[in-house]
Amino acid sequence: MKELYIGNAAVARGLYDAGCSVVSSYPGTPSTEITEEAAGYPEIYAEWAPNEKVAMETAFGASLGGKRSCCAMKHVGLNVAADPLFTMSYTGVNGGLVVCVADDPGMHSSQNEQDSRHHAIASKVPMLEPANSQECYDFAKAAFRLSEEYDTPVLLRLCTRIAHSQSIVEVGAREEVPQKPYVKDISKYVMMPGMAIRRHPLVETRTEKLREYAENCPFNRVEPGWDPDLGIITSGTCYQYVKEIFGDQYAVLKLGMVNPLPADLILDFAASVRQLVVVEELDGVIETHVRTLGLNVTGKEIFTPLGEYSQETISKVFGRPEKEHFSIETAIPARPPMMCAGCPHRGMYYVLSRNKCTVIGDIGCYTLGAQAPLQAVDTTLCMGASVSGIHGFNKVMGRDGETKTVAVIGDSTFMHSGITGLVNIAYNQSNSTVIILDNSITGMTGHQQNPTTGYNIKGDPAGKIDLEALCRSIGINRVRVVDPYDLQQCDKVLKEELAAEEPSVIISRRPCVLLKYVKAKRPLHVNPDTCRSCKKCMKFGCPAIAMHDGKAHVDPTLCVGCGVCEQVCPFGAFEEEA
Amino acid sequence: METKSIMIVGVGGQGSLLASKLLGRLLVDEGYDVKVSEVHGMSQRGGSVVTYVRFGERVYSPIVTTGEADLIVSFEKIEAARHLPCLKKDGVIVVNTQQIDPMPVITGAAEYPAGVLEEMVAAGAKVDAIDALSLAEEAGSSKAANIVLMARVAKYFDIPYEKWITAIEKTVAPKFAELNKKAFALGFNA
Repeated sequence: MKELYIGNAAVARGLYDAGCSVVSSYPGTPSTEITEEAAGYPEIYAEWAPNEKVAMETAFGASLGGKRSCCAMKHVGLNVAADPLFTMSYTGVNGGLVVCVADDPGMHSSQNEQDSRHHAIASKVPMLEPANSQECYDFAKAAFRLSEEYDTPVLLRLCTRIAHSQSIVEVGAREEVPQKPYVKDISKYVMMPGMAIRRHPLVETRTEKLREYAENCPFNRVEPGWDPDLGIITSGTCYQYVKEIFGDQYAVLKLGMVNPLPADLILDFAASVRQLVVVEELDGVIETHVRTLGLNVTGKEIFTPLGEYSQETISKVFGRPEKEHFSIETAIPARPPMMCAGCPHRGMYYVLSRNKCTVIGDIGCYTLGAQAPLQAVDTTLCMGASVSGIHGFNKVMGRDGETKTVAVIGDSTFMHSGITGLVNIAYNQSNSTVIILDNSITGMTGHQQNPTTGYNIKGDPAGKIDLEALCRSIGINRVRVVDPYDLQQCDKVLKEELAAEEPSVIISRRPCVLLKYVKAKRPLHVNPDTCRSCKKCMKFGCPAIAMHDGKAHVDPTLCVGCGVCEQVCPFGAFEEEA
Repeated sequence: METKSIMIVGVGGQGSLLASKLLGRLLVDEGYDVKVSEVHGMSQRGGSVVTYVRFGERVYSPIVTTGEADLIVSFEKIEAARHLPCLKKDGVIVVNTQQIDPMPVITGAAEYPAGVLEEMVAAGAKVDAIDALSLAEEAGSSKAANIVLMARVAKYFDIPYEKWITAIEKTVAPKFAELNKKAFALGFNA
C-alpha cells in the first residue's frame, strides 16, 4: 500500500521490515521520530537511553547477542557516540547494526552544522544516504544486509529535509530474522592492543571491498542526460533540487552510498560529459574524493559550505534568473521561537536576570532564555557543558565569579551528560551553583520521557532517578528544591546558595506547561486603572502579555494563569477573573 | 501536469501540521505524487513555521522557493507578508486576519505593521482574506481555524466537497470529526 511517510517514519518501517529487534536512542531533532515510530511496532524493543553513547553501546550489545539492532541520533549526538563507533568499526557485528544520523544543514534546531560524513570516513564505516522516504525505507532495510555481509556497523545519514519531508512509500512485510548464536571470540570482540592490532588490517581490507562494491551497488546510479556539456554528481536531498532544475538535461550520478565512494564509476561518468560539477550540501566531501581521482571538477568554489540548499540557491549558482515575484516595502518583524506562556523556566530566568547572574547555559528549550528581553544566558556549547563549564569558570574567576555565576541545565540534559560534570565539581571542589531546570520531560524535541520522569518511551511506568538523592550521593551537601512560579522563594534560595562556600544544586521543579496532565488555570487580566504603564512586565518576556494603547494587556487565548506576572507587577495590576 | 506548489505558513502551535496532513492525505487519495515538507523542533516554540505541499505527476524538490507557490495559506497576517515573495505572479494567498504579536513587537523593539494586507493587494497580489478564528469559534472551538482555512483553500481545487470531508474523517481524531466538519462547512460557505 502506498502511504505518505516522513523520512524518519520510513526509516522506522524499514527497520521493522528488516526484522530489527532493538532500537536505543537519545532524542535529537531531526532524528527523534525514527525511534518514536519504531516504538509503535510491538516486535521492536525501543527505548530512550540517557545519551547517544549509551544508546549505541546498547545497540552494540544487542548485536553481540545476535539480533538486528539500531540507534538513531542527530549529528552532534554522533560526537557523543563517536567513541564506541570508532572501535565497533574494528569489532564488527554479530546481528546487523545500523546507526542512523540526521544532519541539520541550516541549523533549524541545532548548535552547529557539522557534516557527519566526516565521521564515516574517519571511523571507516560505510554510510548510505537516502534522497526521499522510499529510499529511507529501502536503505534502512538494505543496511542490515550490508552490515552482516561486511561485518560492520552501517551509518544511515539523513538531513532535516529528508527526515522531515513526507513522500510516498511502498512498504513490504516484516522479515523475521532468527537470533544468531553468540559465540565467545576475544580476538574479535576484546579490543585490547594485541587483538585490535590484528583487527585494524581487516578494517582496511573491508573498506577496499566496500569500495569495489560501491562501483556496482544498487545505491549508486547514473541517470542519462541529453546535453553532454555537463554532468552532475550529487546525493541526498540535493539530488531532488538538481532534478527539479534540470530534469533530464544533464546526466546525473546519484550516489546513495557516500562512504566509501567509487572510483571507476566516477571516472566513467566524467568521461561521458564535458564538464563535471558536484552539488552537495555542507562540506566538499564527494568533491575532494573526485579530485583525488585526478579529475577536473567544480564544487565548493561556487557552492557555499553554509546552510541548507534549495532549487533556488542551486539555480542561482548556475546563473539562472530569479523567478518573478511580489515584494512589499514594509519590514516584517522577525518571529523567533520563544519560551511558551506559563513556561516554568521563565520564572527562574527572571530571578537570575534580576540578580545579574552570569549564566553558563546548556541545550534545551531553556536555551531560548538567551533572547530578549530576558537575555539571561551567557554561553551555550553542547549537552552537559554548563555543569563542566561553570567549574572551570569559577576556578579562574574565584570568589567574584562564584557569588554570581550559575549553571542551568534541564532534567534530561543533566541525565545525558551533566552528572559527570557534577562529579567533577564535587571531587575537585569548586563553589559552583548548578540549577537543574526540572520540567519533568525532554521538552525541545517534543516531549520524550527520560530517566527522571518515571515513564518509558511507551508511557508505561519505569525506573525513576531521584535527582536529590543522586546529587547528594555524588557529594553535594546543599541540594535545594524550589518552585519557579514562586519568585520570592527562588530569589531567596539563589542568594543563599551563591553565598554558600561549597558546591550546591538548586532543583527548579515544575512540569512543562504543555504536558497534557498540566491543567491551565483561568487567564489573568489587567486592570487598566491599576496599570501604571511602567512596562516592567515587558522585561518578563511572556508572549501572552503585550502593551495595547499604553497599558499592559493579557491575551486570554495564550495565558495559562501561572500567576508569575502578578509577582512581577509592582502595582498589582494583574488580576484573576472575578 | 506541471507540479503544483502550496505553502502553509503561520505561527508555531496554530495547527498547520494538521492542515498539511489533511491536504497530503487528500492528494494521495487523488492519485498524485505528493511531497510534504515541514520543520519540527525549535521553530515550533511560537516561531514562524512553514510547511510545503507539492503535488503532480512526479515531484522532485519537497520545498517551495521564490516565485513558485500557486497558493499560500497563511494562518496569520504578517506571516502572509513574510512569505509573499514565494507567491507566483498568478498565485493566490489565503489569509486568516488574525494578528499574533511576535516577541520584538511585545518588547517594543518593533511595531506590528498594520496595513500589510492592503500593501500586498496594492503590489498586485491576489489576497483572499478570511476571519477564520471567528468562524472556528462559531463552529465550537478556536482550534478549528485550521480547518476553516482549508475549506477556503478547497475553493481553489477541483476536488468534490465530499472528498475533503472523507479526508477530514481520516485525519482528525473521531471525537473532533463533527466539530471539524462543521468548521469546514462554515469556511467553505463564507
